[in-house]
Amino acid sequence: MDDSTKQKIQETLDANRVVLFMKGSKLFPQCGFSAQVAGILKQLDVPFKDVNVLQDPELRQGIKDFANWPTIPQLYVDGKFVGGCDIVADLYESGELQKLVSG
Amino acid sequence: MMAPDDVKQLLNLAFPDADIELSDLTGTRDHYQARIVSAAFEGKSPVEQHQLVYAALGPAMAGPIHALALKTYTPDAWKRLSGGQ
Repeated sequence: MDDSTKQKIQETLDANRVVLFMKGSKLFPQCGFSAQVAGILKQLDVPFKDVNVLQDPELRQGIKDFANWPTIPQLYVDGKFVGGCDIVADLYESGELQKLVSG
Repeated sequence: MMAPDDVKQLLNLAFPDADIELSDLTGTRDHYQARIVSAAFEGKSPVEQHQLVYAALGPAMAGPIHALALKTYTPDAWKRLSGGQ
């Protein structure tokens, strides 16, 4: 991953408390897993920055290297990688996600 | 696309002790779900557990496998969850 992509990712994380790298946008998700995580965040009424990786192939690969995580979506809170669809869904069911985003 | 047996073989190689249940979610050999019970997950966060599985599949996750829904458990966690069935 080149430095400009890495910097773009870091700047996005620094500027937004909750960031969802996803396929599509929060209004028009283009993948079931991305839609599920965006839906959970809307359910919790959590403001979040959506980043559509489909519009930036370098970012789409870069974010996978950044988190050592091969799939999209990826949720970040306070600059830290929280998980993909499975983990976010599990955290939501256990109530831990609510604590994480409101903390 | 990747044949289920090939996916399972990669997982068995990385988790020799594991109890693995693999299902092809869509019948298209690229959307899988795996339930893996292994001592290798002990002391690891959910993210770290899933990263171990992704590492085991390596390049298969960069194309052949489009999506992999994961449920990872330590043997104790699985006993508690499944009531030792």
